[in-house]
Amino acid sequence: MPSITRLSADALAQKLRSGEVTSVEATQCHLDRIADVDGKINAFLQVSADDALATARDIDARRAAGETLHPLAGVPIAVKDVVVTKDLETTAGSKILEGWIPPYDATIVERIKVAGLPILGKTNMDEFAMGSSTEHSAYGNTHNPWDLDRIPGGSGGGSAAAVAAFEAPLAIGTDTGGSIRQPGAVTGTVGVKPTYGSVSRYGLIAMASSLDQAGPVTRTVLDSALLHELIGGHDPRDSTSIPDALPSLVDAARQGATMDLTGLRVGVVTELHGDGYQAGVLARFDESLDLLRAMGAQITEVSCPHFPYALDAYYLIMPAEASSNLAKFDGMRYGLRVEPTSGPVTAETVMAATRGIGFGDEVKRRIILGTYALSAGYYDAYYGSAQKVRTLIQRDFADAFAQVDVLVSPTAPTTAFKLNEKLDDPLAMYLNDVATIPANLAGTPGISVPNGLVDGLPSGFQILAPAKADDRLYRVGAALEAALEKQWGHPLIADVPELV
Amino acid sequence: MSAGATTLARMSTLSRDEVARVAALARIDLSDAEVDRLAGELDVIVESIARVNTLDLADVPATSHPLPMTNVFRDDVPTPPLPVAAVLAAAPASEDGKFAVPQILGEE
Repeated sequence: MPSITRLSADALAQKLRSGEVTSVEATQCHLDRIADVDGKINAFLQVSADDALATARDIDARRAAGETLHPLAGVPIAVKDVVVTKDLETTAGSKILEGWIPPYDATIVERIKVAGLPILGKTNMDEFAMGSSTEHSAYGNTHNPWDLDRIPGGSGGGSAAAVAAFEAPLAIGTDTGGSIRQPGAVTGTVGVKPTYGSVSRYGLIAMASSLDQAGPVTRTVLDSALLHELIGGHDPRDSTSIPDALPSLVDAARQGATMDLTGLRVGVVTELHGDGYQAGVLARFDESLDLLRAMGAQITEVSCPHFPYALDAYYLIMPAEASSNLAKFDGMRYGLRVEPTSGPVTAETVMAATRGIGFGDEVKRRIILGTYALSAGYYDAYYGSAQKVRTLIQRDFADAFAQVDVLVSPTAPTTAFKLNEKLDDPLAMYLNDVATIPANLAGTPGISVPNGLVDGLPSGFQILAPAKADDRLYRVGAALEAALEKQWGHPLIADVPELV
Repeated sequence: MSAGATTLARMSTLSRDEVARVAALARIDLSDAEVDRLAGELDVIVESIARVNTLDLADVPATSHPLPMTNVFRDDVPTPPLPVAAVLAAAPASEDGKFAVPQILGEE
C-alpha cells in the first residue's frame, strides 16, 4: 500500500470505510508529515494536532458503532487562515490579528466539523488574501514543494503547498481574483472557484465582497467535487448565498473520468492566449486541447473583447471594496491596538497608529488605492467606470456561452517565479491573475487542473463555465485529468520532490 | 493626443500630498519613506488601471454585484447571542463587561 499521505481523499475515505485504516492513523500520518517537511515549506501557520486527533478518535468510535457517516468522515483537511475557526487562532496572515481566537466557526468550518473531518491546522496566505505569491504574509514565505526557491502562488499558497507536499489531502481556499486557481496551477494541484454565492461566506474575513468565494484545493478533480459538495449549499446566514441546488458535482467528475466528451463545445479564449504567456505554458495548453479533441470535444476560438480590461476594472473594484471591508480593523474590539507615540490619544489617532503598524505594505497599498478610487472627484472616473466594464465582461461571458459549453485558457501566464522576483513591482505581480480575474468579475465558476511540466515546474489548465454550471468544470476537468494520467502512466503530483 | 487622453494623464498623477491626504482619510499612519514609495507605486498602478476610461461606456449600465439577487427577510426569531465574556476575551481592553476604548469626542 502506498503511504497514507500519498492517497487521494477518495481513496483514503474508502480505506477508512473498509476498516483498513483508522482516522487516527491517517491523521497521525499527516501530522508526522507536517512535522517532517513543514520546516521547509511553511504551509501552516497553526497546527491543531490535539483537536484533529480528538475528531479522528470520535469518528473511529462512531464508525465502529455502526453509525452512517459522511463519505469524507475521518479524512484530514487544512483550512486557509482567512476562514474563522472557533478557539483556533485566525490571523488572515496579518499582524493586526495576531493572537485572535475567534468565538465562532465559519459555516464551511461548521460543515467540515459536522461531517467529521479532522482539521489539521490553518494555512499561510498573503495578508488578507492580497497577493499572488504568499510573500505578503506577515508570517514568512511559503515555499513551492516543486522548487523551494520559488513561490507557491497566492494568496492561498499555504493551502496549495500543503496539498502538493502531501501534508494534507484536502484544503480550503478562497478566490477573489485567482487565489485558489493560480496557486493550484503553480503547485500542480487542483483548485476550484465555485459559482459566486454557491458556497457560504459566513465567517470568511472579507476582502472584496462582490468577488470573494471559498472553494476546494485538492490533488484530484474527484476530491474537489467531494469537498465542494460538502461545503456548498444555501446558508441563511450569508445574504449572498444562492438558494438553488446545483447539479451533482461528484457524478459529473465520475462521468468525466470515462473520457467521453462527444459533442462538448469548448471555446479557447483568444484574449487569454498569446502575448504575455510563457511559451512552455502555451505548449502544454495546446497539448491539452489535443487531448480534449481526441475525446470528442469540438474546439473553437471565442473572442471576449473586454477581457483585456478585466485586470484594470478589478484593481479598482477590489481595492474599493477592500478599503471599506478592512475599516473594521480599528483597534477597538479585537486584534492589535497601538497608541500613537506623540499627540493626543483618541479613537481616531489610535486607529491610524494601529493600522500603520498592523497592516503590511500590500494591504496599505490597496486600501489607499481603493480610498482614492472612491474619493470625491474620482468616483465616477474610476469606480464608476470599472463597474461599467464589469457589465461588459459579463456580456462577453454571456455571448461566449451562447456559442460554447465551456471556455478554456492557461490558468496563469507563467510557471512559479522565484521568491522576491516580483515583490518590488506590484503591477508585474498583479499580472499573474490576468486569466483568472474575469470569472470573479462575472461570478462564474472556474477550475485549474495540472496539465504538465515546463522545465520541471507545473502548469495549469483553466476551465470556465456559466454560473451554476459548476458540474461542467468537473466533467471536463476529470476527463482531461484521466487522459493526461493515461499518457503519463501516473498523476503529475507523483513527480513532486520527496522533501525528506 | 485627444482632450480626453490629456485629462486622463493629468488625473493619473498621484502626488505625495495626494497619497498623504488619502492615507489620512483611510486612517493609516504612514512614515515619510512609505509616502514616497507609495506615491511612486500607486502612480504607475493608477496610470494603468485608468485604461478603463478608454472604452466608450456612455450607454453601459454599472454592475455592482455578479449575480441578480433580491433581498429577503427571515423571520425575526430571537437566538442566544455570543456570551459577553467570549467576545470581550479578544478585546484589546475591556471594563465592566464593555469594550474600553480611547476618547472618542474632542475635549471642549
